[in-house]
Amino acid sequence: MNRRQFLLTSAGLVCVGEICSCISHRHEAPFSGSILGASHNIGHLLREGKVPAATQERKVPVVIVGGGISGLSAGWKLDKAGFGEFEILELESEIGGNSRFGENQVSPYPWGAHYVPIPTKESRAVRELFEELGVIQGYTSSGQPIFEEKYLCSSPQERLYIHGRWQEGLLPLVGVTQRDLDQYERFRALVAHYKGHRGRDGRKAFCIPMELSSQDKELVALDQLSFSDFLHNEGFDSVPLNWYMNYACRDDYGCTMADVSAWAGMHYFASRDGGAGELEDSTVLTWPEGNGWIVKQLRKKLQSHVTTDALVFLIDCAPQRVTVDIYHPKENVSTRIVARDVIFACPKHLVKYIITAARSSSTQYLNEFQYAPWLVANLTLKSFPVARTGTPIAWDNVIYDSESLGYVVATHQSLRTHLPQTVFTYYYPLTGTSPTEERNRLLQTTWQTWADFILKDLSKPHPEIFALVSHLDVFRWGHAMVRPRPGFVWGRARRKAAENLDHLYFAHSDLSGFSIFEEAQYRGVLAAEHILGKYRIPFSSSL
Amino acid sequence: MTYALLISVFVIATCGLVYELIAGTLASYLLGDSVTQFSTIIGTYLFSMGMGSYLSRHIGKGLIGKFIQIELFVGILGGSSASVLFLVFSYLGTFKLILYFLVVLVGILVGLEIPLLLRILKARLQFKDLVSQVLTFDYLGALVASLLFPVFLAPKLGLVRTCFLFGLINALVAAWTAWLFREQLPQVKWIRAECGAVTLLLLLGFVYANQITALAEESLYSDEIVFAKSSPYQRIVLTRWKDDLRLFLNGHLQFSSRDEYRYHEALVHPGLQSIANPRTVLVLGGGDGLAVREILKHPSIEAVTLVDLDPEVTGLFRSNPILRQLNQDSLNSSKTKIINADAFVWLEQNPACYDFVVVDFPDPTNHSLGKLYTTAFYRLLHKHLAENGAAVIQSTSPLFARQSFWCIVRTLESVGLRATPYHTYVPSFGEWGFVIASKQTYIPPGSYLENLKFLTADTAAGLFHFPKDMHPVDVEINRLNNQVLVQYYESEWRQVTQ
Ligand SMILES: Cc1cc2nc3c(=O)[nH]c(=O)nc-3n(C[C@H](O)[C@H](O)[C@H](O)COP(=O)(O)OP(=O)(O)OC[C@H]3O[C@@H](n4cnc5c(N)ncnc54)[C@H](O)[C@@H]3O)c2cc1C
Repeated sequence: MNRRQFLLTSAGLVCVGEICSCISHRHEAPFSGSILGASHNIGHLLREGKVPAATQERKVPVVIVGGGISGLSAGWKLDKAGFGEFEILELESEIGGNSRFGENQVSPYPWGAHYVPIPTKESRAVRELFEELGVIQGYTSSGQPIFEEKYLCSSPQERLYIHGRWQEGLLPLVGVTQRDLDQYERFRALVAHYKGHRGRDGRKAFCIPMELSSQDKELVALDQLSFSDFLHNEGFDSVPLNWYMNYACRDDYGCTMADVSAWAGMHYFASRDGGAGELEDSTVLTWPEGNGWIVKQLRKKLQSHVTTDALVFLIDCAPQRVTVDIYHPKENVSTRIVARDVIFACPKHLVKYIITAARSSSTQYLNEFQYAPWLVANLTLKSFPVARTGTPIAWDNVIYDSESLGYVVATHQSLRTHLPQTVFTYYYPLTGTSPTEERNRLLQTTWQTWADFILKDLSKPHPEIFALVSHLDVFRWGHAMVRPRPGFVWGRARRKAAENLDHLYFAHSDLSGFSIFEEAQYRGVLAAEHILGKYRIPFSSSL
Repeated sequence: MTYALLISVFVIATCGLVYELIAGTLASYLLGDSVTQFSTIIGTYLFSMGMGSYLSRHIGKGLIGKFIQIELFVGILGGSSASVLFLVFSYLGTFKLILYFLVVLVGILVGLEIPLLLRILKARLQFKDLVSQVLTFDYLGALVASLLFPVFLAPKLGLVRTCFLFGLINALVAAWTAWLFREQLPQVKWIRAECGAVTLLLLLGFVYANQITALAEESLYSDEIVFAKSSPYQRIVLTRWKDDLRLFLNGHLQFSSRDEYRYHEALVHPGLQSIANPRTVLVLGGGDGLAVREILKHPSIEAVTLVDLDPEVTGLFRSNPILRQLNQDSLNSSKTKIINADAFVWLEQNPACYDFVVVDFPDPTNHSLGKLYTTAFYRLLHKHLAENGAAVIQSTSPLFARQSFWCIVRTLESVGLRATPYHTYVPSFGEWGFVIASKQTYIPPGSYLENLKFLTADTAAGLFHFPKDMHPVDVEINRLNNQVLVQYYESEWRQVTQ
């Protein structure tokens, strides 16, 4: 080999080496991460009943089973009324349920619920809580709440990636026709009509809390129809409008508009009328850790009442007392609490495994409770993706032709002017086939496959995303949200499920037929007030 | 030999795509609007390659010699394209014309390569193998380039270096081909010399890439650059022309030493002089220490707290002798305390109140900076003001950005502060605006310090008069959840600069 040959060969080798290392990087995923999620194996224990029998026994007057928003809200109300003899039992190591959050050196971030809309007038308990937490700072002379500005979602709130660019807002504006715009207008008018509409019973057509909605037959009849049929019947055939409606249903209910009742569909749009002054109805309150911020604040107040890593596996109601059997997975022992009253603030589908009364009687109606599976991922990024044409990065960033709901920027509410790194929270409701099949897919897919799926989706607007990710965790919610299918919200099963037993009170967003913060809180406070009433403890109602 | 040629296909394809990516990146970097730039560049480039392929039919005899020559041409043109474009952008006005001219030229030459290689290889392979193998290597090369470019080349080597590197590779392909076919080529010596010369040229370019970039940057700033550094927050450039020293942050002029006294005297004294016996002052932004210099002229001042994000900036102004002379060493004064932190967050976490606060942030060019001009920020400012204290806010130009200016005034008023707007003329900026925010009614000082260059009591009265073209306009209040100021600012300055 002569000198020249040698030089050429070595140059070639350097090149090839670089190429190889580059390609192999592409496959090795230069970032870390894992799968997290509600403890599935503990759930299995429940179904299979393989837990040790309870050894110790203690007495607690009121037991709250479940440390989600509903359970915590029940505790909040009891505590406010000066009743301190209660305990909250939560199976996970952290309270919060669907409003849990995580935190790393870059930012706190949500694992589930991430915002609360401007509370309506009727959401009295929400307003009361927000006054306490400094979210509402006071009221104007006309009675409108004044919100702490840093908790209102900063501008820009939402943007949509459509036809290769980012537009402001989520209703598609790029590449739409006059006909589409006319339908947008007509839909807006319909929403405005329903917002102002009261049924023959004088109640609001669509209210939050939902129990306060009108029972007018004409309105309740909407529950029999699917939202997509309703839109079709009303002559809404605009493709972008239908995309938006479907997006809204996936976002709030975790199912497509064909699986959502028209009542629930309209409720999403017509119930949120809390805006006033400079605030629009669509304005939301949000925090870096999402609704986890509220959980943090409630935790401060209720810390001494909370027991975590406590799986309730048996609730037995005798005439004078209730026994609650608890498995402590960390110690692998079970204990028993003898209580006067119990608030069951867990999803309905667990009733038949836990409550003895339910085990014997017919639980057919419980099968009506169906749940949408969700996947949430948090991506830690080394830097923000480059800004391209159109609206700059917003809080909520949606991709038009994507199965996912896009991502929320956890650092969006930060007051810093310079943010080197950030965290994106990626939301994906699995709405493809039946909930059971999708749940299996959710649980069987590997981390690597999810990571690839998510990055491929995000690379549409951000081709460089792969190089920016330093960590990617995936959270699986097998039973994330109850599905407001046609006939469910105002059907028999839901009403029956909300009926209390002698010493057992039910409190969970499931009881409202759809899962939002306000409903979870309402159900919790309602249960607590029942008990306070029964004990003749004076209190002023929050509802 | 067949394999050698197929490797050439691969290398050529890689180089070709890299030039295209570089042109696109450079265009979007220098002209903005990356989607448009990228798509027009790619379109033009592909079309030119088509032209090249078409033209290849006119090349008859001496295929190999021609191929080598084309390689060398691509090498020199493509390889130097980034630096040429940088320099052209800095020194000449006709950037786009030259950009597309280069793109077309390189495109044509690259378009010529593959057909020529196909013809050279024709004799060695069956038609179906020929097409399949050449195209495979061509696409493979493209893939490698598109992966290498964003992940490794652009971030690690920079555009100018990357460009020279690939020019070099083209030249080496030429040299290698010449060596492979040394038996068949006429005038081998001459061809060797050409290869050598081109390689050397490109090698020089590769080695001196930084100097070329600096040359280009220097002309962007028109004056001699005496200091340039990128901090995690911004690009800091200091230039000098005769006795005029200028500071640029991310390309935006911060001050010119010739007239900065006008700006800083107007920023500090109308507010500070109005306070009886001020003792503590907070400065937000203003890491150059020039506002602090003015503040320290007041003998009653006991402590100045300066909060600036960038330690590089405060460090520079504490250590550089010329700059220390300019700010009269205010940042090294025993009264001055420097804190490098994000102002909004810092203010939230610190309870202290101040007699006087100087709010000297960059203009609200984006949503991040826009936060520093919102009701949320001003409410916080309110909490940090002593009962008889005052703050002053640099408020962009009331002439060029009238809505923006009045938006800041109204926003301050909306949180219960009394706002007193005023303005002055700073030659290197133009007509500039400030607002004094106070809890009590502002009373203009009856006199100013003796040792000022610009302000006197009788002329200062004029600062508070707004001629008709700067009169108040109807504006919305700037809040975190609407960020109207960023929108006003953008639309107003776009009108001025277009
Ligand atoms: C991905 C996702 C996004 C969402 N986004 C929003 C949003 O942005 N805004 C919004 O308003 N709502 C959102 N929601 C809805 C959310 O469910 C509600 O806001 C609210 O958190 C529901 O509270 P909950 O108390 O009714 O139910 P859960 O959160 O389900 O609480 C039940 C609790 O009981 C515990 N538990 C269950 N079984 C047992 C047992 N056997 N023993 C002891 N403890 C048990 C669970 O671990 C859990 O902590 C979202 C939900 C999901 C899944």
